[in-house]
Amino acid sequence: METIQKKAAEDTSELALVQSAKKGDLEAFSQLVKRYDRNIFRIAQHITHNEDDAQDVVQEAFLKAYQNLEQFQGNSKFYTWLVRIAVNEALMKLRRRRTDRTVSIDEDVETDEGTMPREVADWGPNPEQLYGQSELGDILKKTIQGLPPGFRTVFVLRDVEGLSTEETAEMLDLSIPAVKSRLLRARLQLRERLSKYFKSKKDGNGQP
Amino acid sequence: MKCNDFLKELTDYLDGTANADVRVELEEHLQWCRDCYVVMNTTKKTIEIYRDNQVYELPETLRSKLHQAIMTKCRHSKPGNKSTE
Repeated sequence: METIQKKAAEDTSELALVQSAKKGDLEAFSQLVKRYDRNIFRIAQHITHNEDDAQDVVQEAFLKAYQNLEQFQGNSKFYTWLVRIAVNEALMKLRRRRTDRTVSIDEDVETDEGTMPREVADWGPNPEQLYGQSELGDILKKTIQGLPPGFRTVFVLRDVEGLSTEETAEMLDLSIPAVKSRLLRARLQLRERLSKYFKSKKDGNGQP
Repeated sequence: MKCNDFLKELTDYLDGTANADVRVELEEHLQWCRDCYVVMNTTKKTIEIYRDNQVYELPETLRSKLHQAIMTKCRHSKPGNKSTE
């Protein structure tokens, strides 16, 4: 109950901040930036895999949000609206770097690669503890980088940022079944790739 | 239930959104199919590992630099005014 009340209070104060920012109150907008900059940076990094690009995305997304505040109607949460802007900016950056092909959220949806599990060795009880913190971070980054952008974006929004299927669908202009299908494939492909590092030695078919 | 059907329901099962009947069937399948059990278990761990070990944290120094840059840009651009320069 307390949590619900707290949540409602947060939503109200957020709406108040947005209203003030619409009138040009920069301090109010600054508070909105501080509230979400870490999330936007993380999402941008996951999509672009380039720190300079991610920094640009953070700046451009907040600037665009500020400039287009009038268009924000308050039907959805400010954060949902902001992430949608940031995801578009991040995909644009990615497109510019990969001149060989276009990048879109719909990319690689037809492929069945990785849906059928091949690796069925179980992992040890605490797989992360096999590696040091920075080595583990490198493994996780390298592994998620291998996913098509459309898959990793859905995975990051749903499983890393903890957004709902409905919110993710709204942010990415996808249907709910499309989000679910991409999420399943993303999860299974990541699982398959991480198995190489985490599978239990006694259960596995050899070393990574 | 076949392994293929199990996979189709895996996301809803892990998110706790599978309906009760499906859930019973899935759990029954897990009782005897070791491969699906391993896939379910390791997929669950995959999600937990990514959730618990946040990669790409924003360092505080970079954070304040970005914040300053954003606010400077906003100051030179009124809300609703798209021509920044």
